[in-house]
Amino acid sequence: MKIEPGEWRVAANADGSGQARPLAIEARDLVKRFDGTIAVDGVNLSVPEGTIYGILGPNGAGKTTTLRMLLGIIDPDSGLRRVLGHERPHDIAHLIGYLPEERGLYPAMKASEAIAFLGALRGLPLAEGRRRGRALLEEHGLGPVADRQIRQLSKGMAQQVQLLGTLVHAPRLVIFDEPFSGLDALNQGKLERLMRRLADQGTTVIFSTHVIAHAERLCDEVAIIAGGKVPFAGPVDVARDRIPAQVQLETRAADGRWRAALPADARHALKAAGNSYWQFALPEGGIEPLLRALIEGDAGILSLSIERAGLHDAFVAIAGEAAAQALQQGNGEEGR
Amino acid sequence: MMSEAGGRLSTLRAALVVMRRDFTAILFSRSFIFFLLGPMLLVLTVAMAATVASHSEPGPDRTLIGIAMPGRDTEAMLAAQRVLAAQAGADLPDFTVVRRLKPGEDFDAAAALRRPGATYAAILSGSAAHPVLTGAKAGIDGWRGAISLIAAQASGEGIRSFPAVRLQASATPRAALHSGRTDTAKAGQTTLFFLTMMLAGMVLSNLVEEKGNKIIEVLAAAIPLEALFLGKLFAMLAMSLVAICLWGAAGEAIYLAAGKGLPMLAAPAVGWPMFIALGALYFSMAYLLLGSVFLAIGSMAATVRDVQTLSMPVTMLQLVLFFFASYAMTRPGSMVELAAVIIPFSSPFAMLARAAVSASLWPHVLALAWQALAVLVCVRLGSALFRQRVMKSGPASGRRRQGARGKALA
Repeated sequence: MKIEPGEWRVAANADGSGQARPLAIEARDLVKRFDGTIAVDGVNLSVPEGTIYGILGPNGAGKTTTLRMLLGIIDPDSGLRRVLGHERPHDIAHLIGYLPEERGLYPAMKASEAIAFLGALRGLPLAEGRRRGRALLEEHGLGPVADRQIRQLSKGMAQQVQLLGTLVHAPRLVIFDEPFSGLDALNQGKLERLMRRLADQGTTVIFSTHVIAHAERLCDEVAIIAGGKVPFAGPVDVARDRIPAQVQLETRAADGRWRAALPADARHALKAAGNSYWQFALPEGGIEPLLRALIEGDAGILSLSIERAGLHDAFVAIAGEAAAQALQQGNGEEGR
Repeated sequence: MMSEAGGRLSTLRAALVVMRRDFTAILFSRSFIFFLLGPMLLVLTVAMAATVASHSEPGPDRTLIGIAMPGRDTEAMLAAQRVLAAQAGADLPDFTVVRRLKPGEDFDAAAALRRPGATYAAILSGSAAHPVLTGAKAGIDGWRGAISLIAAQASGEGIRSFPAVRLQASATPRAALHSGRTDTAKAGQTTLFFLTMMLAGMVLSNLVEEKGNKIIEVLAAAIPLEALFLGKLFAMLAMSLVAICLWGAAGEAIYLAAGKGLPMLAAPAVGWPMFIALGALYFSMAYLLLGSVFLAIGSMAATVRDVQTLSMPVTMLQLVLFFFASYAMTRPGSMVELAAVIIPFSSPFAMLARAAVSASLWPHVLALAWQALAVLVCVRLGSALFRQRVMKSGPASGRRRQGARGKALA
């Protein structure tokens, strides 16, 4: 299979406007095996430029292996990838920034030197890297540690230094593997703001996570990955729409003609003062026919709310209960 | 917003970035100072031992001087040597008869010294009353007194007067020359072997440390793994050459301080400057060959224990090849020597030994070209294996991690 030049260059806009956007990453049927075990099994991804894109899945789902293939660290056994229009990611290494899950810097290096070195690996001249490194450290409140060795910094500071080293060469595409792992709440918030700022400047941000809340807050689009496969990839809203909205209704009447408008599997409970509480999925016809039936049937509406499904519910529906439990387990460990 | 980086790094430039980082990091580290001190202490110990040995009792090796005199003089000199040796011991040279000359017969002592199989350091000719000593100038100067004493004893009238010994300087005798150059070859081979093993081992521990630091993934994402492999290999080569220069300077300083107290190595056949240049080239080849194998091993190892387990067979094999090259040195021109020269991992050792005993240079050009080809193949194979193994990851490690977590939760 060959990628035709114009075929993958653009994708429909996530906002449904129909306006085409260039793709930062295109992957088709990526497969990777390790010692006969399939780690990634036919992954397809299309990441529009300038978006924040989340790769969501439990530990061991194949997120890191997928990212490593996209970065050219390892080659896929089969399938095709194109990053910023190039099939060999190392050809455009100077346009990419990468923060791996397992952070690492040379312990004896000074903070500013470490940033300059990471820039030099991406083609930035050392002197310019040093200048930018100092500026970035100042900007992020780390100016006083610029000349300190990495081994003298706290873990959080070292992580920030590495993050700045990832951005020092002003990449067009930034890939973070589990970037929130190991950060306290304050630094998680700072990182979220930084990611939004990068996207506002036109940088494509891709990150993997097993924490749904981060993806829900940040992402324009997500890919859900489980067992090496991607059962869903697309806008977050589309993922949520896989699950119908949940209606919560409180009525004075317990029965009547209006009951015919409720789905057969609606859950019912009695509340104080004999009021009835109902919970059910919004019927296909939408809210208006339902409302009409309730009013005309004298249901005596006390309260009515419609709750849109969250990304977590969507994840459960798409990836299955087992994957969701694995994800929860990962979140629990993260919390600890 | 900052402007983008200059552009894509070529493999060579990427290798240079890695090389520069590794080279400066190692050179300015405390561990490098300890690394330098180790062999220096060894050199100092060996030098001290040699100095002590040179001032202690002479060993059983005695100087052998050949006699080529008329029959009566020959017998008289042999008898005198036996009488005096009983009293003076090892301070007198031993005699061996080269030829009992007939009256009026001429004898070319210098030619006899150059003859293949000649085992004597000098030749004593003339007569007991007018002895002539032919040999290398440095040796015959020192034996003049002993020969005069033996000649006086040989006159049969007791020691009343000492005949003058005429000295006739010639080129260094073949036996002494060959033996001295063999010693130089052995010293060169041994030095080359230890340096290669020690420094190639360092590249291995450097890589394992880097894997431990988790920096390897950042490097692998930014530059081709071939560049990483080459950068590391050549950084350690440059560092090795710096270390060798420092050790060489320290050795020279020790030599100058100890003066004649230290034993001298015979000048190699190609001369010292060429021998040192060839030594540097052969070291580079041996190091690059072994270093690329060790780096490939390092890519498969996760811990220091893995490194020890995986590198042991290679170290043993290298030891075997070193002994093979040493053995081949004693069989010049044989198939054994040819095999030692052809096998890439023993070739640098065999060829350095050859440089000590044979003056022709063209075999070195061929050998270096051959070794460079082997280095290319080894580096390519090593970097391919490195690329394949160094970033190996997948569900197995994920399962291990999850298993460990499960246990922790339980």
